[in-house]
Amino acid sequence: MHIESVSRMVVGHIGKQVLFVIALSSVIAIGVSEISCAQKVKSITGVGSTFAGPLYQNWAEGAEKEIGVQVNYQPLGSGAGRNQIISKTVSFGALDVPTSVEKLTKNNLVQFPTAIGGIAVVVNIPNIKHHMLRLTGPIIADIYSGKIKKWNDPKITEINKDVVLEDLDIAPIYRADGSGTTQVFTSYLVKESHNWAETYGSNTSIAWPLGIGGRGNGSVASMVKNIKGSIGYVEFAYALQNHLCMVQLKDSAGEYITLTEDSLRAAAKTADWVHSKNFNVDLINIVGENAWPIVSTTYVLVPAYNQNSKGVVKFFRWAFDKGDGIAYTLHYVPLPIFVKEKIEKTWEYAGITPNNS
Amino acid sequence: MVVNTNLYMQQNRRVLWRFFKNSFVRIFSYITTFIMVWVLCSILVTLMINGFPGITFFMFTHVTASQSKVGGLLNPILGSIIQVGLAACISIPVGISAGIFLAEFNYKKINAIVRFFSDILISVPSILVGLLVYLILVVSIGYSAIAGACSLAILAIPIIARTSEEALAIVPFSIREAGFALGAPKWKVILWICLPAARGGVMTGILLAISRIAGETAPLLFTSLGNSNWSWNIFKPMSSLPLIIYQYADSADDALIKLAWTAALLVTIFVLCLNLIARVYMKRCQRKGRHI
Amino acid sequence: MVFKKLKCFVKRNVASIVFSGWVWGCGVFVLLIFLELIFELFFQGRRAFFTFGTDFFIRSVWNPVNQEYSARAALIGTLVTSIIGVAVALPLSFGCAYSLTELLPSKISQCLTVAIRLLAAVPSIIFGMWGFFILVPLMSDYVQPFLKTTLGTMPYIGALFSGGTFGVGMLTAGLILAIMITPYTTAVMQDAFANVPALLKESAYSLGATQWEVMRRVVLPRLQKIIIGGIVLGWGRALGETMAVTFVIGNAHHIGWSLFMPSNTIASLIALEFPESASEGLRMSSLMALGAILMLISFIVLFCAQWLLKRAVKN
Repeated sequence: MHIESVSRMVVGHIGKQVLFVIALSSVIAIGVSEISCAQKVKSITGVGSTFAGPLYQNWAEGAEKEIGVQVNYQPLGSGAGRNQIISKTVSFGALDVPTSVEKLTKNNLVQFPTAIGGIAVVVNIPNIKHHMLRLTGPIIADIYSGKIKKWNDPKITEINKDVVLEDLDIAPIYRADGSGTTQVFTSYLVKESHNWAETYGSNTSIAWPLGIGGRGNGSVASMVKNIKGSIGYVEFAYALQNHLCMVQLKDSAGEYITLTEDSLRAAAKTADWVHSKNFNVDLINIVGENAWPIVSTTYVLVPAYNQNSKGVVKFFRWAFDKGDGIAYTLHYVPLPIFVKEKIEKTWEYAGITPNNS
Repeated sequence: MVVNTNLYMQQNRRVLWRFFKNSFVRIFSYITTFIMVWVLCSILVTLMINGFPGITFFMFTHVTASQSKVGGLLNPILGSIIQVGLAACISIPVGISAGIFLAEFNYKKINAIVRFFSDILISVPSILVGLLVYLILVVSIGYSAIAGACSLAILAIPIIARTSEEALAIVPFSIREAGFALGAPKWKVILWICLPAARGGVMTGILLAISRIAGETAPLLFTSLGNSNWSWNIFKPMSSLPLIIYQYADSADDALIKLAWTAALLVTIFVLCLNLIARVYMKRCQRKGRHI
Repeated sequence: MVFKKLKCFVKRNVASIVFSGWVWGCGVFVLLIFLELIFELFFQGRRAFFTFGTDFFIRSVWNPVNQEYSARAALIGTLVTSIIGVAVALPLSFGCAYSLTELLPSKISQCLTVAIRLLAAVPSIIFGMWGFFILVPLMSDYVQPFLKTTLGTMPYIGALFSGGTFGVGMLTAGLILAIMITPYTTAVMQDAFANVPALLKESAYSLGATQWEVMRRVVLPRLQKIIIGGIVLGWGRALGETMAVTFVIGNAHHIGWSLFMPSNTIASLIALEFPESASEGLRMSSLMALGAILMLISFIVLFCAQWLLKRAVKN
């Protein structure tokens, strides 16, 4: 009798709890599934370059307000962008480096540029201020290959007579993930240093002999900020936003150039869009007055003849129309008008122009 | 323990040496305890100092913004709640059933094997679970919140299973017999008598499992990807607090790092509170049990 | 009447069959997940194993340009960091367990026990953040220069403490892991200490033994297996820890003697490289192979831990 009443009590009590939990969970489940069905806002997912991350995310914000296209851009690195667009898990991939024609045709992809940006070389040395330190391509190559280990190495002090460099270990910091920034930066080193070209080459990620790896432009920036004696390379906007100490680089004419918006624009002006195939232009170490040597175009890859791509095109068409101001404020150089017209033709050719334009 | 050390010291050096060893170990132990408590305090204090100013109304009502803009944490918070909730919906019934299988079904060998593997599954690297779910689900249906929830559920199931098994095992057999005597079939006895009687342990297990999965990042990385916008759709990528911490803590932007600290504070508070509640609940149930 | 009874019987049986089927399914599901985990990782990693063969374990390259991958650097990183973690966690957790069960008054020890248990519940990403913002500067400014000037000048072991003192690296990762596994091993030890019969301890005290002697001669000999089991369990957890490690390990593919050098663990490498690996590529396959190796190692370690703990409990 006693046990029965106890158990009945317990059953009654707990039954309610169990029922409550089940009811709650089913309500949540039904609610979620219904709302998910109801949601019909056009949304596109993009993955790729952290270099262009700030730009696309700001454009996305504007586009959502004005034309109702929702863009979810995840800056995971150019390597991720390329691989995910090839496996078609996202609507568009963003890269900082042009993709070869064979790869494009093999995977049925269309490539177009979106903006031009510069890569800054940044350092963290006590007592060294903005634009004080001067470096050359070969010296940077030597630092990253471990031949120069201290900041007071004769090679560095020779060209920096006016600054005092103390006996400090150099911590080279690189992008550990596959990154277009790395490819552009290493392409610069390849052009500058014969030795680097032979041993390491250039790619989205290479076999670095030493140094510390960061994930993404932001991570490299934060490591440079936090580790004394470090040197790294980040996109211009990241360097400016985080008040990192940039260095001057020697251009092919032997002048020392500081990275500013002017020197970036000067480099962008020399781009030869007319003769380029697939918008494949090389802006690294170009000859030009006051032109920053490490400049790159950033690209977007979309699948051709695909419904999803039309949303992507709609987004970028808006960005080309209205987004130049945003690009300028974020320290990118927007594309010239005739290039945008050429891109429009490319879209048409690939059959991804949105119908209701 | 009081030892009259002076007397012993006069008698011989060996005692002095023993005394010295004893106090050395004692001081060492105090130091180690102090270190661990310091670590906890340091974590909590840093979280408070850096994260607390970020807890504002704005933060709770705005979605994450692009770089160089001010954003909130609305979508990661709701994303976390949805994914953890879904994971709980999946793992609670499965986990409890697995616990029932272990405790109430008497197949000695199979039970031992399942028990052993679920013990190991509890400690298996969570990133590998993420890989598994990627290979099974994401490859076929794409990055989605449901895939993230599944990977979290896989982590929670063995914990719930083992704790509910232990809770069921201590339910006295006489209660079961009473049920059988009333003519109830086995499933009714288990579901409506044993399970309610073991509710303390089961609830504790559920709370502990949820507190474990709420802070997991590694399995979400490959399954729910993250989303900078607001999304209800569980078949699309979804943001969550741990992913936001992973992304933002690594950036150099001070505003983003602030947000990362705030997100970290929220996750930690949630996890620790759940953990504390679970422990208090367990204690209370134990005490109640003693009264009966 | 008879029909009604029969219907009732069937109905009852159906429920019973459905219930036991479901419960059986759930029990086997746990097993299946585990087997699937091992199978899928090895299956996906087969291409890397076939392509590289034994080179996968012997060479130390990780070169996406030439499509050459190997496990050695990440494997060594994983083992070294986790062993540092265990080596530091062993004295830490022993000290904690000893002072909590034997030395401190019960009120204080209860509070501190809760604190240390809470430490086990802190998500690993929080440890990662804390490590990066608090521990790394601490290491680069004080601990590493100190170690470099003291231990670094000694013969043989000096190589372990040489190189740049940048804060990130294997030593820092090992310390974070130590902090993370200490609560687990402390809990195991505390339970074990508390379960030693008071009679034994009291008789030792009555013979004039000090607290440490009771611990050393009476308590510890009885608990060797449990303590080793707890430590091995902690080791198993340290092997697969991802988030806390990624923040402080430095993500570099090096093999060197110095513990200050940045390195990689299997888990951090997977977390880092996975998003950018093509789903059918050799790189993805190599990552899966790495995952399979990690799975195998942690399975063996956890198997030993469970076995030791089970045997200790039986005794």
